[in-house]
Amino acid sequence: METTQLLLYIAVMAGVTYLIRMLPLAIFKTKINSRFLRSFLYYVPYAVLGAMTFPAILFSTSTLPSAIAGFAVALVLAFFERSLLTVALSACGAVLLTEWVMRLVGG
Amino acid sequence: MQPTQMINSFSKGLRDGIPIGLGYLSVSFTFGMKAVTDGLPIWAAVVISMTNLTSAGQFAGLTLMTTGAPLFEMALTQMVINMRYSLMSLSLSQKLHKSVTFLDRLLIAFCNTDEIFAVASGQKGEVGKRYFFGLAVTPYLGWAAGTLLGAVASGLLPGFVQSALGIAIYGMFLAIILPPAKHSRPIALVILMAVVLSCLFFWVPGLNQVSGGFVIIICAVAASAVGALFFPIREEESA
Repeated sequence: METTQLLLYIAVMAGVTYLIRMLPLAIFKTKINSRFLRSFLYYVPYAVLGAMTFPAILFSTSTLPSAIAGFAVALVLAFFERSLLTVALSACGAVLLTEWVMRLVGG
Repeated sequence: MQPTQMINSFSKGLRDGIPIGLGYLSVSFTFGMKAVTDGLPIWAAVVISMTNLTSAGQFAGLTLMTTGAPLFEMALTQMVINMRYSLMSLSLSQKLHKSVTFLDRLLIAFCNTDEIFAVASGQKGEVGKRYFFGLAVTPYLGWAAGTLLGAVASGLLPGFVQSALGIAIYGMFLAIILPPAKHSRPIALVILMAVVLSCLFFWVPGLNQVSGGFVIIICAVAASAVGALFFPIREEESA
């Protein structure tokens, strides 16, 4: 790919992404008074992350069983309020372990 | 009403950002790897990460670049996939302390990722710019460094390690949303609704044709609206 073309792609990607993030922050400088809107915005992060996580997490590794194992471990640790890093790394560890066991059993 | 409390310590932000940065390291590693495998030069992979700071959008952009899609399609795809950020920025605009200036907001907008947003939203009270920038530093560096490492190491890392790293970001999401869900029934119900909707869009024929970016917006808007309708928050919860 030509460098110019590549730079154009990157500029469009970055420009669009930035505008999407910037405009609401630049426009809404005062507090929104509507109780409904405030409640709505309060729930947005949880809804976004929930929708992004499931079912996508099931297909985030190379096999379904390992993803389920990682998911289960993450669920339990997150429920018991472990730190972000502990939960993330333990999920990775569970995936590694499961795929290792599967290779042993399968091969 | 008691004066609103503000979180504005750079070092607290820095501490809170470290786990995000480490999570990003692994995700951007896979991005760097894929970019180089797809034929991009290493510098391009790093420049994309340093100017975009978004996972799903970058992965989708990669595919469009390598298939030679028109620029218009690139713009539209990024808009759809990343539209959720406008919801987050809107939500964040209500969370920032009044001392945060217009220029600060322009910079804050640049680093408003899913995870940074989630952690900032999780703070009690309002958030000042020092906290926010402290929070954003490590994730930004982690995202850039991981991309570089992945691009350089492309092909060196065994497949099973790549597979395990893929789940890291979702583990982090769960760690962000489950603890508050445990303590608040409305939050738990909103998450459950969003997940059920996202499953419908994934498995139901017809619905699963809708592009991923739209799905997240639809699920988030619907679940949050139902939540707001049936469980409006009390004033002290909203800040």
